[in-house]
Amino acid sequence: MKTLIKNGRVVDPSQKLDAVMDILVEDGKIKALAAHIDEAADEVYDATGLVVTPGLIDVHTHLREPGLEAKEDLVSGTMAAVHGGVTTIACMPNTKPVIDTSIVVSGIKKRAAEEGYAHVEVIGAITKGENGHELSEMGDMAARGAMAFSDDGFFVENPRVFVLAAKYVTAFDKALICHAIDPSIGSDGYMHEGAVSARIGVPGIPAISEDIAVARDCIISEYTGAHVHIAHVASKGAVDIIRQAKKRGANVTCEVTVHHLTLTDEACASYNPATRVSPPLRSWDHVQAMREAVLDGTVDAIVTDHAPHAPEEKDVEFRKAPCGFCGLETSLGVMLTELYHKHVFDLNTIISKMSCEPAKLFNLKGGTLKEGSVADITIMDLNKEWTVDSSAFYTRGKVTPFEGKDLKGQAVATIVDGKFMMRDGVVCTR
Amino acid sequence: MANANVSLLGRDILDIESLSVEEIELVLKTAKQMKKIMKSGMKKVDFLKGKSIINLFYEPSTRTRTSFELAGKYLGADVVNITTSNSSVVKGECLRDTILTVQSMACDAIVMRHPIEGAAVYAAQVADPVIINAGDGAHAHPSQGFLDMFTLREQGKDLKGLKMAILGDILYSRVARTNIAAWTKMGAEVHLAGPMTLIPHDIEALGVKVHKRIEDAIEGADVIDVLRIQLERQKSGLFPSPREYARIFGLNEDRLKLAKPDVTVLHPGPMNRGLEISWEVGYCDNAAIRTEVQNGVACRMALLLLTLTGGKYVENID
Repeated sequence: MKTLIKNGRVVDPSQKLDAVMDILVEDGKIKALAAHIDEAADEVYDATGLVVTPGLIDVHTHLREPGLEAKEDLVSGTMAAVHGGVTTIACMPNTKPVIDTSIVVSGIKKRAAEEGYAHVEVIGAITKGENGHELSEMGDMAARGAMAFSDDGFFVENPRVFVLAAKYVTAFDKALICHAIDPSIGSDGYMHEGAVSARIGVPGIPAISEDIAVARDCIISEYTGAHVHIAHVASKGAVDIIRQAKKRGANVTCEVTVHHLTLTDEACASYNPATRVSPPLRSWDHVQAMREAVLDGTVDAIVTDHAPHAPEEKDVEFRKAPCGFCGLETSLGVMLTELYHKHVFDLNTIISKMSCEPAKLFNLKGGTLKEGSVADITIMDLNKEWTVDSSAFYTRGKVTPFEGKDLKGQAVATIVDGKFMMRDGVVCTR
Repeated sequence: MANANVSLLGRDILDIESLSVEEIELVLKTAKQMKKIMKSGMKKVDFLKGKSIINLFYEPSTRTRTSFELAGKYLGADVVNITTSNSSVVKGECLRDTILTVQSMACDAIVMRHPIEGAAVYAAQVADPVIINAGDGAHAHPSQGFLDMFTLREQGKDLKGLKMAILGDILYSRVARTNIAAWTKMGAEVHLAGPMTLIPHDIEALGVKVHKRIEDAIEGADVIDVLRIQLERQKSGLFPSPREYARIFGLNEDRLKLAKPDVTVLHPGPMNRGLEISWEVGYCDNAAIRTEVQNGVACRMALLLLTLTGGKYVENID
């Protein structure tokens, strides 16, 4: 099976490429990449006027399987991914049961390979049942291909346990992904503490709850040498602590979510339960600090923290709503609309943080269009105008704070392992 | 009436912020007429005859619920009280379904008290009947805002330029947020004081001044609003003891002397005598606490009449 993608603007930061080129895909691999390729192919895709990039990689999602299939499963979650132009997603272990044994890791990988539409990487739990006390069998899970380890949703509160986890994991060369929010500060809070929370009366969560936890995890990374990856950093204090740790040469990396780059706590002012998330949407000074941290390289990856919930769970009073919302089908559009078209980030930065760098961070295939690499490709129309309508989503978690928003820019085709998995907004049959 | 173009017909009353100064004036003027009905020997008119009002209370309440109930009844409406501890809510019914169920019974207004901020805003999005917020978490309690403004007006205190002190638990208080919104909108200077553990971070963004010593807030005040201190706050560690609270942050006669001689002392009730307010101050001539309760009924009558009829009949009351 040969596919020739003609005349697209190829943007591949891994090769510092930004030029109109042709790409030949054969047997699931990038066979050739050149200014002009004239070779017979089973399909010639005309990408004139479109941008062709390495497939997007989202290293922070929740696919809810096993056990929470009313919110999402591997099929609906991977369909949502390719619908949004994402070819690889990593799933967090806060499922029922928790992904804390090698058999669950293998089971998810097997089912994703058989029935999924995108590549699925599995993140195992740091502690058994994410209980924060006993280390899970990270060595065994690593042997079965776990990408990294995280107790996402929970901070590993006991510093001794986190020191032990960090020491232990170094033998397997895997990262610990940290949900670094100290839950004792702002334990009765439901949104960012600031002028908006003061006005609308919702108890606030101070940003220092992140700063303190991030500082601890950076210190433990430096002490143990373990790769600590701070998940969804959202506070200006925390990102500066990471910046300083990186300057000292610490093995610390971090990610920021699309929503923490584009929304502020003003979105919560109407008590819309769709806007409740952890860490909370913060004020504009924090959003600006996140953007600066992307531009100066402190932030390594941009993620969605795609966290689908069943509609009845989110259709409640603000405080009762569980944290999180879906993101895979809006991430690229929101990034292009709010950051590319508004001249905050260039395309190279966006593709780098949404594909190339996360691939490098976690040693994933993809994240590049180099000849010989896996043919995971996203084709996007930077100027396509569309309106967010969650009823058209493939995810089950049809709640998003971007509902009804007019966006400019969208993936128009997603290629996984050389096969079209989405064309013109429609997910293909496997 | 104030302005023929101003009408609250069909409007949800969720907070004070979303009302214009003209709309606030309309409510206050209507309340004055309502008070005449209350004072007349025959406290029953048929202005709301054929209208049904449901009081949907997710929290315990005596004065607000009774006050809304009497307000509806004085105006001739049918009023039903739902206390959720005796309702399908205990069977796990979600707020949307409870609101829709009540709406299906053809009620015209839902007066709602709920422990979570924004619950009334949510109800207004879900349902067609008029929603009157009778208190949602730490957010808003607009009828309290009206009764306090009305009480001050009766005393000749037009809010513009006055020094208002709000004392105590600002963090968890919907009365504080309501009065901050109302009083700043009407041009008063609002000063806050209490233990810093009970003052929200960044509250200055609302245009108020925060004092660490309550004496500084009280000094020269025209109005002092003392908030109820819930004893749970001490249990959750926000202040060390009721004893110390009363000594350092309580309003007593000595501290009251720092205010203007004609200061008005407000308290939303129920009072903790000897904690946030001393026995003597609670009963002193400056305290308007029982007047507030009486005016509460008049203001709630005004809100129901204006939202359900647009204020018909008001001109005819003498």
